[in-house]
Amino acid sequence: MSRFSGTLLLGRERLRVRAVALAVGFAALAGAALILASGYDPLSAYAEIARGSLSLAALPDTLNWATPLVGMALAAAIPLRGGMVNLGGDGQLVIGGLIGALAPLFLPGAGAFGAAAGLILAGFGGGLYAALAAWGEVRHGVPMLISSLLLSYPAIGVTSYFARFPLRDVSTGLPQTLMVPSDARLHVLSGPLNVGSVLIATIALVVVFADRRTSGGYELRMRGKNARFAGYGGVRLGRQAVWTMSCSGAIAGLVGAIIVLGSQFRFIDGALVTPAYTWSGLMAALLANGEPVGTIAAALFFAALQTGGFAMQRETSVPRVLTLVLQAIVILFLAMRRGLGRRM
Amino acid sequence: MIQSLFTPFLFQSAAQAITPILLAAVAGVICGRAGVFNLALEGQMLVGAFAAIVGSYFGHSAFAGVAAAMVSATVFSLILGYGATIFRGDPVVIGIGMNLLASGLTAYLLRVIFGVSGTFSDPGVVGLGRITIAGLAGVPLLGWAFARQSAVTWAAWALTALISVVQFRTPVGLRLRGVGEQPEAASTLGIDVVRYRIVAVLVAGALTGLAGAQLSLGAVSVFAEDMSAGRGWIAVVAVMLGRNNPLYAAAACVLFGFADAIGVNLQSHGLPNQLTDMAPYVVTLLALVITHRRRIIGAA
Repeated sequence: MSRFSGTLLLGRERLRVRAVALAVGFAALAGAALILASGYDPLSAYAEIARGSLSLAALPDTLNWATPLVGMALAAAIPLRGGMVNLGGDGQLVIGGLIGALAPLFLPGAGAFGAAAGLILAGFGGGLYAALAAWGEVRHGVPMLISSLLLSYPAIGVTSYFARFPLRDVSTGLPQTLMVPSDARLHVLSGPLNVGSVLIATIALVVVFADRRTSGGYELRMRGKNARFAGYGGVRLGRQAVWTMSCSGAIAGLVGAIIVLGSQFRFIDGALVTPAYTWSGLMAALLANGEPVGTIAAALFFAALQTGGFAMQRETSVPRVLTLVLQAIVILFLAMRRGLGRRM
Repeated sequence: MIQSLFTPFLFQSAAQAITPILLAAVAGVICGRAGVFNLALEGQMLVGAFAAIVGSYFGHSAFAGVAAAMVSATVFSLILGYGATIFRGDPVVIGIGMNLLASGLTAYLLRVIFGVSGTFSDPGVVGLGRITIAGLAGVPLLGWAFARQSAVTWAAWALTALISVVQFRTPVGLRLRGVGEQPEAASTLGIDVVRYRIVAVLVAGALTGLAGAQLSLGAVSVFAEDMSAGRGWIAVVAVMLGRNNPLYAAAACVLFGFADAIGVNLQSHGLPNQLTDMAPYVVTLLALVITHRRRIIGAA
């Protein structure tokens, strides 16, 4: 198995990079065939994606889109590094989002304190909810792969209920909570970018550092390579699973609060789940096998792809959901490629 | 309130809700027996649901829809069939990738073929007819459930019985179980393990396609993006609870189907659907916790 293991790019890691490049190329070809079959011009579609994401004018939008995506990619990558999968990102995201929207409204104290409280509590909420899935596996033997996903549905349902009934902003006809007061919103840096992006970048650095330079990161990687060996080596696997999932869920919850406090200023039913940040993030993490730097790079790539998708849809009327198809093909091709590599 | 819940209508809507989960669960059982973990049931079902609408719309018949659904889902499951065997990919990663591919591809084709996003319904889409058996309507419980159901619902139960028999009473079934439990031993006896696995995944694909057709053509003829809505995952749980036995998995599906139907029923008692929609997932989670806990105590 090719995994990034240190700071140096060794032979096997170079092979991994080549496999990713091949997979992206294959996905581009398959996507072109699909665009051609639906009666559009693939070259101009791809040109619009590049122009609509990487040109100077579009770059801030790409970075803005990348903020939640990198966050959710890290949330997916942390458990993946230890051979676990957190499929419940959507649930943790909406819990964080709702807490982030309510804290500044209902907690005493105003302004930046409200925003800070919202972010911190959102992290706790998402972390606790994710820990529930890990605890279910450790104590009750319920597979986390399934339970984390199934737990999303009640979370989405309950938050949706709150946004539609008891906490709805009745002055509008939409299922959304009251606006967050303007002094509790995240500080705008320039254009669409706000402090939330800095926050995610900081978290990304912390995750990379923890992965490479702390004993916790080492133990998690060891578990990912061979969980039983890690167990014999003295890692307390149950406790590690709960903590890993807590960190993952905390980041997801924080992302929810950042979206709410940074750009939407209220909890809008469905607005956190519909853009599929969770799934794009999971795909980015899968692409890099959970290695943090690779995951961040993959998330930036997917963010560019999706931001460019808006321009593509506008200019060539190719539906932008195509970008989701491209991402999925990359992952599927990579899953196969890896197998091919192993056999040779 | 309890009495007003257990009406003929509840049983009818439960039987309807069970059908797609049951078909997907039986598909999962076949794969599980062959030793392939199939997490792509959700995506395969979605592909089937979309293809059913396309087939029914352009073929002007429900049969064309069902055929299109089964063929498309089978073709789609080739990814898992070959990916998890010949290409030696991780079935979990392939399953996640396939589910997202299905979600993206159906949404893309919905826009390209029908020019709409979100949902599509049209008078040109022919839904599945219901087989009305007048004599059954008066029979409590089972009669209530099956008096007016689509052919797919009947097929689902017939297929469950058939696959149960094939699995435990025929040489093919014995070989299939051998391939899953002891691939090396099966191989030395001259069984082509890879071929058995691929065929198992493809048969499962056809069954999930049928499940998708019931979803989009069964009750109301409509396709909505991501309309499988977690049913494939519930089916995965049913496979786990049923420990790869079609009949036990079917029992789990009955439980989840009733949870679904009771949830829908509670809406007419004034509960908001955001809360009642959770019912099948919460029941699924509880079932997982209860059964796994007993297993741990039993082992201790």
